[in-house]
Amino acid sequence: MTRLQLSLVLVATAILLAMPLVGGNYVLRLATIMLMYATLAMAWNFIGGFAGYPSFGLAAFFGLGAYAGGVVQSTGVSIALAWLAAVAVGTLFALVLGFILLRLRGSAFAIATLVVTEVLREVTNGWTGLTGGGMGLNLPFFGWSPSALSAFFFYAMLALTAVTFVTTFIVAHNRLGFGLTCIRQNEDAANIVGIDTTRYKIYAFTLSGGFAAATGGIYASWIGYIEPGDVYDVLFSIKPIVMVLLGGMGTVFGPIFGAVAFLVLDEVVWRSFLELNTGILGLLIVILILFLPAGLASFDVRSLWRRAVTP
Amino acid sequence: MILFQYLSNGLILGGLYACIAAGFSLVWGVLSIINLLHGSFIVLGAYIAFFSYTVLGIHPFVSVITSGIVLGALGYVVQLGLINRVVAQSVLVTLILTFGLELIMNNAMLVAFSANYRKVILEHSLGVVEIGNIFIPLDRAASTLIAFLLILALWLCLRLTSIGRAIVAVRFDREAALLMGIDVKRTYAITFALGGAMAGAAGSLLSVSFPISPLSGPLFLSKAFVICILGGVGSVPGAALGGLIFGMLESFGAIFFGSEYALTLSFVVLILLLLVRPHGLLGVKGF
Repeated sequence: MTRLQLSLVLVATAILLAMPLVGGNYVLRLATIMLMYATLAMAWNFIGGFAGYPSFGLAAFFGLGAYAGGVVQSTGVSIALAWLAAVAVGTLFALVLGFILLRLRGSAFAIATLVVTEVLREVTNGWTGLTGGGMGLNLPFFGWSPSALSAFFFYAMLALTAVTFVTTFIVAHNRLGFGLTCIRQNEDAANIVGIDTTRYKIYAFTLSGGFAAATGGIYASWIGYIEPGDVYDVLFSIKPIVMVLLGGMGTVFGPIFGAVAFLVLDEVVWRSFLELNTGILGLLIVILILFLPAGLASFDVRSLWRRAVTP
Repeated sequence: MILFQYLSNGLILGGLYACIAAGFSLVWGVLSIINLLHGSFIVLGAYIAFFSYTVLGIHPFVSVITSGIVLGALGYVVQLGLINRVVAQSVLVTLILTFGLELIMNNAMLVAFSANYRKVILEHSLGVVEIGNIFIPLDRAASTLIAFLLILALWLCLRLTSIGRAIVAVRFDREAALLMGIDVKRTYAITFALGGAMAGAAGSLLSVSFPISPLSGPLFLSKAFVICILGGVGSVPGAALGGLIFGMLESFGAIFFGSEYALTLSFVVLILLLLVRPHGLLGVKGF
């Protein structure tokens, strides 16, 4: 990490730690959502950014984590145990699924992960005895004041974001990250030079699923009510991808910058177009793909300036 | 014989599913992009049929033609103007682009048509015929017949016409096709248009049997995907076979597991198939 990056991380951490002391409930809520998406973006980055495998199934793990945590929490055990259950279920499911699906390459893998989300939604909807089906699941409310609650969930999400960030950093500077980058550039070549590509991909997919499930677990406790259509929403798969594309694929800081930029846009622009929300998101995606292939880094300020001042 | 009843139900469903999947499979095979717009194309085709019938009184079996032409033209424009710019890039790029377009199209349809489910209710229905103890709804059977005729037409078009041979050539070897003087970009656009036309036609046929809403796009897309893998990517006969298998799975699966698990069941079958035969049932090169 360069000195600039380190100081950036320290300043951001300090601001975030102090946030519940100064910000109101609205600010805290916004900050928690931002942390949640930053975590999801980093989770996707493991498989999609480093390994270049276009997973469209983040919502599957997010929803699975939410339901695993929610169901365990409704039995009355402590919240920490519920979140652990979310992580365990999500990680295990990602491991098994990765073992099967990572035989597929490229587009087939992508759409298979998309279908997994639909399947999990169908199962959750049908398994009324456990999940409450389409009626949704109400989580026990634990009688704290609203400000204490929002501070608690803010710190919980912040802790998760920090863990995900540190993991991303370790992976990026480690054999695993190197191997995954090789896979992204040329999988056959990576295989020939002795990288166990299947194992590496499964690791990346499992990391991705585990962190997404953890996010889902915290989300469920925070919101207090979940239903299949809400937590298995395909937008939970798509928005993190857009954020990573905005910020830069396979980088350490890109997903976080992308998440912040995306949510600022979300809060400033889209609030005024409720009905056209997804359409504008689609438009953003099209513009991003066709005109800004390197994400926000395409706006090279210095070259723009040079172009502006030279006659 | 209740068994034969389920068999005929599966057959009738299967024809419609085959029609849904054929265009999707063609685009995937030739352009190696997954067209996430396919589900919305089907829905728009169904809406064209719905409004043609309720406003102008045109029978859905006739508006198959208009739906096909409109969606084919839309597909041609989208491919030529937008997707061709990034068609050579990684899967993620093309996939996310079609997803972005899907969001726009879906949102537009939600605003225009609302999320309510609608179905064409025919005034002069062909009714139901009883053979032995099997009940066959004739409207559905007719739409299945038309679906198979459309698939046959697509297959013949790929076999016999010069543009069809160009499409197959581009699929086999893009560079060689380019050297033989084939305009690859135009061929891509025509392939995409054919895929769109099949989707629109399928939508028209579906409107007689299924309620339609902008929300049903993703479900059709998921089914098309599963059928496509079952039959083998890019193969038109494969899509027909995959569609029939899918129809049977859905029909017989409903007896044992209930109809709400149809997609789950076929997905499990798909995963098992992938473990033993990764290229699908008819997954050979060429058509």
